[in-house]
Amino acid sequence: MKTNMLVMSRRKLVTGLASAGGLLLAGCSSRELPPTYGNVLRMGDLLTYRAFRMLLPAQSLAREYAHRDISSSPAVGNTNPADSQQPGFNADRGPLYDRLRSDYFADWRLRVEGRVVRPTSFSLADLKRMPARTQITKHTCEEGWSAIAEWTGVPLRTVLEAAGIQPSARFVNYYAYDDDAEGIDMLDALHPQTILAYGMNGRDLPLAHGAPLRMRVETQLGYKSVKFLERIVVTNEFDDLGKIGSLQNGWAWYVGI
Amino acid sequence: MAAVILDKGLQRSTEGHALWVRFSHWILAASVLTLAVSGFIILMSHPRLYWGAVGNDLTPALFELPISRNYHHGGWTEPLTFFPGAGTGATAIVSQARTYDIFNQNGWARSLHFLAAWFLIVAALIYLAAGLIGGHLRRHVIPRAGELSPRSLWQDILAHVHLPMPRAAGGPPYGPLQKLAYFGVVVLTLPLILVTGLAMAPAVTAAYPVLLDLFGGSQSARTIHFFAFVALMLFLAVHVAMVVLTGFRRQMRAMTLGD
Repeated sequence: MKTNMLVMSRRKLVTGLASAGGLLLAGCSSRELPPTYGNVLRMGDLLTYRAFRMLLPAQSLAREYAHRDISSSPAVGNTNPADSQQPGFNADRGPLYDRLRSDYFADWRLRVEGRVVRPTSFSLADLKRMPARTQITKHTCEEGWSAIAEWTGVPLRTVLEAAGIQPSARFVNYYAYDDDAEGIDMLDALHPQTILAYGMNGRDLPLAHGAPLRMRVETQLGYKSVKFLERIVVTNEFDDLGKIGSLQNGWAWYVGI
Repeated sequence: MAAVILDKGLQRSTEGHALWVRFSHWILAASVLTLAVSGFIILMSHPRLYWGAVGNDLTPALFELPISRNYHHGGWTEPLTFFPGAGTGATAIVSQARTYDIFNQNGWARSLHFLAAWFLIVAALIYLAAGLIGGHLRRHVIPRAGELSPRSLWQDILAHVHLPMPRAAGGPPYGPLQKLAYFGVVVLTLPLILVTGLAMAPAVTAAYPVLLDLFGGSQSARTIHFFAFVALMLFLAVHVAMVVLTGFRRQMRAMTLGD
């Protein structure tokens, strides 16, 4: 679980080093890379992202485990977006989530918009009718613990292709019913194991684990696997997602490490 | 006798520390210290260590460290049971939600850790490449077979337990224990701590799952990573003690100015 730590005041602390970060951007549009804000830690994150994308073979599958390897799974972060006492409670979407949940998410819709040919909204039934993928994978939390669980859902790629991916698309950002949002690049978005999961360990996704739908990004840390999904926005430029994104809260955007 | 051995080394020492040794030494020193501090802060947010592929608050720990308020914290909701665990007498596979506000400074600590790791990698590569090409590793660091004889090691141990320590010149040649210590750090522990670190990275283990098999899982790798850190800190303590005991000013001068 990542907690919010506003570090925007630090933004200008190391602006002198921004030019060094410029070296990392050579040959790539800065609008297609996470910003550093002149912060030396964000420059390190950018170096790691660029190095991983350059050095690691693309689209390798994360290890999948056997059913007997499934472990107990702590639920951390927000475990109920309708609960105003929880971190990241949103006064507009919280009550809305409560109504949707009381109706077993019958009226819940996942909006897919931005750089797609046909902006679409999908019901849970729509998603369950699409070809499903079940994978037993390890959730690695930035805190240091890990858990193995079985996840069932529809590949993000399938949903994006149903809406039609525009050639200019570079990033996929996703927003939750609490104040959480994350984004990934197209390489991770089209990864076969990046799925929109509605099932966990053989049952419907439990409330604390992100009902009715959560992201699973198996090649990055747990906090990229946002729970309680509300909508997906495809962009051609990098969006730091403002106050609810990782970057402005002092957390790395790319966490394949 | 002991003093004789060290004095002999002192007389033979004409080289001092090469520029690339001094350069990589201080970058490595700064990176290792930064990695140690940021790594400790990362460990504080989950001071439990495990063996195997997975481990979390709901599974048994190998051991726990009382280094933050997260130690043995008790804020968990009632368990939600998925199904019974595999095997005989296994406990159920459950989920519990945390209700305890844990210590967590990983936002900056993780990024600082990896930033320092890049510096460590660059400095270690410079050191190893120059050390291999120029013969520094072969001549001064890798212990020779004769130096590892019980008699030679015993004499060197005796030489280290007499106070005050004889003054020593900065730079090679090194005694058998010194060679073992430097060899252990540069050739064994630093590569091990780097590889066990990578064995915790989801993108890296997806590309190279052999890292998981090598250490028996990413939680085992995390535990080995921790013990490698402990080994480095023990080395650091002895290293600094020896620098102080054999002439702090002269040693620091040798490792900075080179004479």
